[in-house]
Order: sequence, then structure tokens, then C-alpha cells
Amino acid sequence: MAVNRNFRTCPSTGLVYHEPAEKLMKWNAVAGVVFLLLGGVLALLVTLTRWPAVHLLPADWFYLVLTAHGIDMLIFWIIFFEIAVLYFAASTLLKCRLATPRIAWAAFWMMIVGAVMNNVAVFKGDSSVMFTSYVPMGAHWAFYLGLIIFAVGALLACFVFLGTLAVGKAEKTYNGSIPLVTFGATTACIIAIFTIASGAIILIPTFLWSVGLVDHIDSLMYKTVWWAFGHSSQQINVSAHVSVWYAIAAIVFGAKPLSERVSRGAFLLYIFFLQLASAHHLLTDPGLTSNWKIFNTSYAMYLAVLASMVHGLTVPGAIEVAQREKGYTRGLFEWLRKAPWGNPIFSGMFISLIGFGFLGGISGVMMGTEQLNLLIHNTIYVPGHFHATVVIGTTLAFMSLTYFLIPTLFRRELMFPKMAAWQPYLFGLGMSVFALFMMGAGTLGVPRRHWDITFAGNALAHEFPGAAFLMMGLTGIAGVAAVVGGGMYIAIAVGSIFFGKRLDVPAARRVAVRDGMAPPPEPAPAIPTGHGTPAAWGLIAPGTFALAMVFLVSFVLYYFVNWKYLSTVWPLS
Amino acid sequence: MSAIEPPRNRLWWKQPLDRTEGLWILIAFVWCMVMFFMMPYWHIYGKQNLANEAYRTTPEAFQKKTDEMVAKHKVREETDLKIPVVHPPAGSDVYLIARLWQWWPMLELEAGKTYRLHLMSMDWLHGFSLQPENINIQVHPGYEHILTVTPTAPGKYSIVCNEYCGINHHTMVSRLYVVK
Ligand SMILES: [Cu+2]
Repeated sequence: MAVNRNFRTCPSTGLVYHEPAEKLMKWNAVAGVVFLLLGGVLALLVTLTRWPAVHLLPADWFYLVLTAHGIDMLIFWIIFFEIAVLYFAASTLLKCRLATPRIAWAAFWMMIVGAVMNNVAVFKGDSSVMFTSYVPMGAHWAFYLGLIIFAVGALLACFVFLGTLAVGKAEKTYNGSIPLVTFGATTACIIAIFTIASGAIILIPTFLWSVGLVDHIDSLMYKTVWWAFGHSSQQINVSAHVSVWYAIAAIVFGAKPLSERVSRGAFLLYIFFLQLASAHHLLTDPGLTSNWKIFNTSYAMYLAVLASMVHGLTVPGAIEVAQREKGYTRGLFEWLRKAPWGNPIFSGMFISLIGFGFLGGISGVMMGTEQLNLLIHNTIYVPGHFHATVVIGTTLAFMSLTYFLIPTLFRRELMFPKMAAWQPYLFGLGMSVFALFMMGAGTLGVPRRHWDITFAGNALAHEFPGAAFLMMGLTGIAGVAAVVGGGMYIAIAVGSIFFGKRLDVPAARRVAVRDGMAPPPEPAPAIPTGHGTPAAWGLIAPGTFALAMVFLVSFVLYYFVNWKYLSTVWPLS
Repeated sequence: MSAIEPPRNRLWWKQPLDRTEGLWILIAFVWCMVMFFMMPYWHIYGKQNLANEAYRTTPEAFQKKTDEMVAKHKVREETDLKIPVVHPPAGSDVYLIARLWQWWPMLELEAGKTYRLHLMSMDWLHGFSLQPENINIQVHPGYEHILTVTPTAPGKYSIVCNEYCGINHHTMVSRLYVVK
């Protein structure tokens, strides 16, 4: 029982790293960034092709590049980084050893093999089937097999995370409940397990179909199960990046959650209800009843929306309370004005939160409404929405976290600090403008995944309005700006990790299990009280509340504008 | 204490709710319920809802019904491909085939009249996107999706495929005429 473990304590943050866990976090994070670089180059090619005045690539290359871009970004970049976050949330935050590092390495290498195999299949040119890979359109078998191997690797990593939670509990490395961030990461992990199971249910038969062992896959069945995997995989990101928001609020401001109960409850709502939201990809499909669609997208999904609205308040609310305690108490917004806007860890996280809420959240609800979906299904509005949620939400949150991890995990000084201060603004705002104009063009009917909206040479060409072309042009410009912002991130991250000034790395200390145990808990009041004192209107975070009301008003207006628009189209039943 | 440490208070779930959070949860929940009731409300009072009517069928059967409609109601042909334009009577069943990479045939409908529009794909998934109305519907192989539509204003409309269906996806565009 007396296992010895190697730990080091980061001198600048006091965080404790288990030696094997540290290495795994580094490798997973770096692998993620490599795929981000690849996906970013592809992003530039996609955006330069959809910018009508440039129209860079020929059709076959465009669809190939778009397929690779989607998969490299949505799956490989994000999940590699998420695994690093999971190991951090378990091992480092609980100050415990990582369970079964060998299995964690096996998971890592399986994920690498799967990701490379999938990319090779796509770049060979016979698997341009998009991220969704809807049957009966088929890809090379290696495309599916790569995804399956990757998924099994990710599943193993999830079990290592859960095992690490068990280790922390058994070896008593902490007192009481797990930290909120670890709790959030646990919800991400549970959603991931469900997601990967759905992925297996659909990808394994599709793989067998691609090698000729299954002769028919029903397109509707495929699409239904595929989205249980495809949409839920994006919910892992939501849980993960919301956890990162809480972590950054704690790191930068020492912010405490307003109340643990509310924040944890909101994470639980994700587990219970987010999966059902997958149904919103099926709102214009035949063969599914309205009752099914309404239940899945609304009753249940709105509880998940509620959860996001709660996190959207509690994260800035916690920051506000922490700032007010430091004396920034004047007016509603002094706490926000005096926030460290030049610190990319904070600015990136805050832009991520605002962009995710206003652009991603509101447009997501609009798309998930049974009838409103008719207006934008499969238009470029859809990628507009998910670039707001996944890129501004998840990717930007992960980028901000990197700026924190470089000194503490990699023990290197941040290179190009000036550029780092600007990076979240260029990337976050570029991406916001990009998403916004995509949504605008989608409302005018511009289709997604479409090579040539001028239909050149076609006898029956459709002419999109001039405004649609203008918006696609602006999308292109903003997209290029965002890619430059992404390139800056890569330059800073890769530069710092490999060439940054080394900070002293404290030697890992061998700690016997018994010594590693948490000290007995301090006595605390039986019934917790106290949130800080109200600042205005009887609220402890009045500024955040005011921002939340601005959000609500935008939400309500936008929602009903869309119903108004819907009421003008052809009657349909 | 902070979000990256275990809660200092072991009984954190007994901590009373702060008013900022309580008020916001209440407001947000009411708004969620409004959004929930909008969908059934629109089914009852709104005019734009997707039908629940769909049948499994085969490409052959769907092709046959479409051919019959074309034989009966063809008014002219368009483009070099001689795509037939049909003008079926108001209230009748209208068939539209989606296939790589074409919509077939072309429809001519009357404004203010109601039709039962049958949509199906012969091969892969396609997207029926009516422009500039901006009505967007997924078209599956093997599923005959039936919608009751009432074109409102006369004019020349386009049907664009907005579900990626292979290399010539961008050429899959057609017309729909609405006449007085
Ligand atoms: Cu198509």
C-alpha cells in the first residue's frame, strides 16, 4: 500500500504535479496544438475559397480541405487538449498521482495513430465526406477505422481520469468534496463516455459497411445516431471550457464560486439534458414526429440552456465579487474596467464567455427551435453558430489556459508577451465578426459546404442578393484576421515551449502515500453562510446582473425577430 | 475555497442561495418556459410547420409516380437537358426528385393555391433549399416526405441543394415557378 510517488511543486503557483501526469499533460497538449496548426492552415484555405472575390481552391480540393479542417479542429485539436485538461483537473488539482500512467500512454498513442490514419485517408482524396460523413456517401475504410481507434484511445483516457479521482479519494489527498473545476471536468468526462459509446454504435457498422460486410445503412438511422455522437461531442467541450472559465477566474482573481450548489447543479443539468439537444440536427428530416422534436429540443434542451445561462452569470459574478473585495467598488462596472485586460489569460477567457453567450448561445437556441430551424437549416448560419460556440467558446478558452500552463506546467517564460496580450483580441474579435457575418449570409440563404455560390456556368443559376456576397466577403476578411490570431497563438505557444527561457524546475520529490495525505480539515461552521455584502440593489454582483439583463433583452428580441421572419414565408404544414 | 480547491465548507450544499443567482435563475427559467411553449403554440396558431407525414418507399416507386405526373401535366421543357416543367392542378400531389446532381422535374405552381409536395432522394442525402424564401428541408433516400405548401407570391424561385452531396454539389440547382 505504501506506494511512493514523484511530485514537484510549481514555485510560482503552488500547484503540485505528479511526474508521469505532467509528461502526459504536456504531450497531449502539444499534440492538440499540432492539430490546431494543421487545422488552422486548412481554415485559411477554406475561408479564402468561400470569400467569393478570391475563390482560391478548385471544388475537389475545397471539399477535401473542408473535411480535414472540420475533423482536425473539432475532434483532434479539442480532444487532445481536453485530455490534458482532464489529467490536470484530476491529478494536479487533487494533488494526487495519476492512475495507470501506462494505460494513459497507450491511450495517447492510440489517439495519435487514429488521428494520423484518418488524416491520411482524407488527404488521399477518396474520403471527402465532411465531418458528418452521412451515409450513403462513403469514405475509405481507413477514415472510419481511424476515428474508431482514436475514440477508443480517448475512452481509455476518460477511464484514467475516473481512476485518478478514485486514487485521490482512496489516498486522501484532499478534504471534503472535489473542487468545482474537477467536478466540471467530471461532467465532461461522463458526457464523453456516452458520446464515444454512441460513436461506436454508428461508426462500427459504417466501417463494416465500407469494407462490404454490411450492405445497407439507413440514412435516417445513421443521421439520428450520428448526432447523438456528433452533438454530444461538442457538449464535452462546453463542460470542459466552462470548467476552464471557472479555473481562470480562480487563478487570476482568486474568485470563489458564488455558491457551489448552483454551479454544480448547473453542471449536472448538462449531464441530464445536453444529450437530447442532438435532436436539433434532425428538425427538418422526415420520419420523426413533432412531439419527439419538441421534447428533445425544447423541454429538455432548455434546461441545458438554463445551465449555460447560470454559468454565464456565476463566472463573471464570482469575478465581480472578488474584484469588489479588492476595493474596486465604484459604480456598477469599476470591477470590470479595472480587470487585467492586458493579461491574455483573463482577456481570452472573458471574450470567450461573452462570445459564447451572445453569439453561440442565442443563435443555438434559434437553430434548435423546431420551426425556426426551417429558416437556416444547412445554411452557412450553422457554421456561423458553431464557430461562435466551439471556436470562441472552447478554442479561445483553451488558448487562454495555455498562457497559464506555459509557466507552470512547461516551466518556460512566455515569449512575445506583447503579441500574447493582443492575441485574444485579434482571434476572438476576428472570429466574432466572422461568425456574425456567416449568420447574416445564412439568413439570406447562402448554403454551407458549397463551393460556388455564383453557380457559374449553370443554366439554372440562382442569384443570391448582393448583400449575401458582401457578407461572404466580410466573412473572408474576418476569417483571415482570425487565422492570423490563431497563428500568433501557435507562434507564442510553440516558441515558448521549445525556445522560451527556462524557469527553474524544482526537482520532483518522492512522497510516500502516508505523507501525501491531506491534513485534517479545519473546523468550519456547520451551516455555511455569507456571500459578501450586497453592493447595489441588494445584490452582491449588480454589475454582472446588469450584463445578464442586457443578454436577456438581446436574446428575447432576436428570438422574436426570427418568429416574425418565419411568419412571412410560405405557409407549410 | 476557490474553484480549483475543494470547497472549504464540507456542507457546501447547505449554503443559502445568493440573491443575484436566485433572481437570475428565476428569470432565466421563465424565459426557457416561454421558449418551450412557443413551439406547441406555433403548431396551433402558426402557419409554418413541418408535416409529420412521411413514408418509406423505393426509388422505383417514387420515380413511377413522378413520371405519371410529368406525363399528365407537362407544359414545356427547359435547358439543354430538356427538363420537363409541370403545371399540376391546385390541390394535387406534386413530386420532386432529388438525385446526383439534379432536381427533377421543374414545378410551376399557382400563387395562393395549396399543393401536397412529395420530396425524396434517389441516392444520397440532399437539401431542399427554396430561395429567396429560405425554406430548408432535408431530403433522404427511401423516405417520401410530404408537405402541404401554399406559395404566396408569383415569381421565379430557385431550389438549391444545401446538403453536401459530392463533387458537383454546387451544380445542383433548379427553378420553381409560381404563377398567378
Ligand atoms: Cu448537394
